Amino acid sequence: MLSGKIALITGATRGIGKAISTAYAKNGATIILNARDASTAEAFANQLRNTYNATVHVVLFDVSNSDEVKNAFKEIFKFTKKLDIVVNNAGILESSLLGMVTENMIEKTYATNVYSLYYVAQYSARLMTRNKSGSIINLTSIMGINGSSGQVVYSGSKAAVVGITKSLAKELASSNIRVNAIAPGFIDTDMTQNMDEDKYKERIGSIAMGKIGSAEDIANTAVYLASDMSSYVTGQTIGVDGGMLI
Amino acid sequence: MDNIKKLTEVFTEALGVNNDIINDNLEYNSIPEWDSVAHMSLIAELEDSFDIMLDTDDIIDMSSVKKAKEILTKYEIEF
Repeated sequence: MLSGKIALITGATRGIGKAISTAYAKNGATIILNARDASTAEAFANQLRNTYNATVHVVLFDVSNSDEVKNAFKEIFKFTKKLDIVVNNAGILESSLLGMVTENMIEKTYATNVYSLYYVAQYSARLMTRNKSGSIINLTSIMGINGSSGQVVYSGSKAAVVGITKSLAKELASSNIRVNAIAPGFIDTDMTQNMDEDKYKERIGSIAMGKIGSAEDIANTAVYLASDMSSYVTGQTIGVDGGMLI
Repeated sequence: MDNIKKLTEVFTEALGVNNDIINDNLEYNSIPEWDSVAHMSLIAELEDSFDIMLDTDDIIDMSSVKKAKEILTKYEIEF
């Protein structure tokens, strides 16, 4: 489904980012993996090369640092003048009740979950404009749509992702660049595996389908949004949450 | 093609104007054709024609044809 397409995935070596990178490689895309740790990224890149015969480039940068993003795109520009898909997946989650929220937590969360979208989208859109084609996929969260007690910072940052997605979709539509978001619900990743047992059960109880989602469930939607199957879809936020209510 | 001629063609194409108005003194927003939307088309054409990737700060600073030449010189394009 993605043969001939070049995809950049941020936060590509863990959880949902890893599942999306794997699904894209499996579907024939050339992968540009972003991570911060070189050894983890290279090991994962080799795995994709060996398993799917995929072309994989590793570009190390911190998405929250505008200079690093700029330099990364200069590096990307050296080996490709074309970018078809960008998945803004890198993000952080810190839970805290309002009274315990620190300025540092707000700054760190917004820098990684929100500012990064502007930095990456600016450079991506310029590469995509050259070919009058592209798909930008932003990872938000069900928390960004419905809110959640104890996650006022995280949910605020993810709500911003929805607004950015809608505005970018309108601004870039004339260049045939589509911008959509995926809002995962309760997904089986490192983050959820470390949860308190009672909290875990409570979360499962809030899901209409009665089970936790997998990173592959998110990756399947990311393949759809990256592919030509969704060529008339833009400005949308797709919930992948098994009917979760929070 | 020399770079002056190439630059003039890029401005002409991106802004949809006659080449006789392209000179060093032409400034951003001084004509209706060079608005913010056209500016982004201009950037795309410049990057494509000169095979460069401009910094965001340079895009914002590109306030005239003269300034465009100065900025492109930083990317080893000579005029």
